[in-house]
Amino acid sequence: MMNQYETVFIVTPVLSEDQVKETVQKFKKILTEGGAEILTEENWGLKKLAYPIKHKTTGFYNLIEFKAEGALIEKLETEFRRDERIIRFLTFKMDKYAVEYSNKKKKMKKENSN
Amino acid sequence: MADKNVRYLTPVAVDTKKEKYCRFKKHRIKYVDYKDPEFLKQFLNEQGKILPRRLTGTSLKYQRKVAKAVKRARHLAILPYVTDLMK
Repeated sequence: MMNQYETVFIVTPVLSEDQVKETVQKFKKILTEGGAEILTEENWGLKKLAYPIKHKTTGFYNLIEFKAEGALIEKLETEFRRDERIIRFLTFKMDKYAVEYSNKKKKMKKENSN
Repeated sequence: MADKNVRYLTPVAVDTKKEKYCRFKKHRIKYVDYKDPEFLKQFLNEQGKILPRRLTGTSLKYQRKVAKAVKRARHLAILPYVTDLMK
């Protein structure tokens, strides 16, 4: 049964811009290989952290919203733990209100973009 | 005989009973987004601690959602665990 998930992860600021892109590509590849369907992908860029994580005060925030089987999440999270460039991640299973909320936001973004 | 019109220097702060309401029920908000710090900050005090229901007036069901969202935001360093004069 395909559930909808949303994962936010923070990449360490030490990397250069294209290394950050490469890590994001790596995780998107893991998702698509595992049979997930990526809905949206956001990059909030370099943001200040509310408290230092691993002695770093800033980080690249990325968000990926996707539909996937439940079993894939375990694999995804072990990849997150294994990769040392990711300093923090959070996967969130979206219930129907969350899905409705994100669709509403996507619609609003489309409206004021065109 | 006490003087009839005793006037105080400052008006007596009679405890005006402001009707507290659950903003989630009122504005039909169903989902608390953990990625939006501005909205969550209304439920935190200066030190970044979650305000109790008796002050914010939210119902139990939505207070739990707010608490879970705040804890997720703290995990992602969007909100601090403890700070001073955050607002």
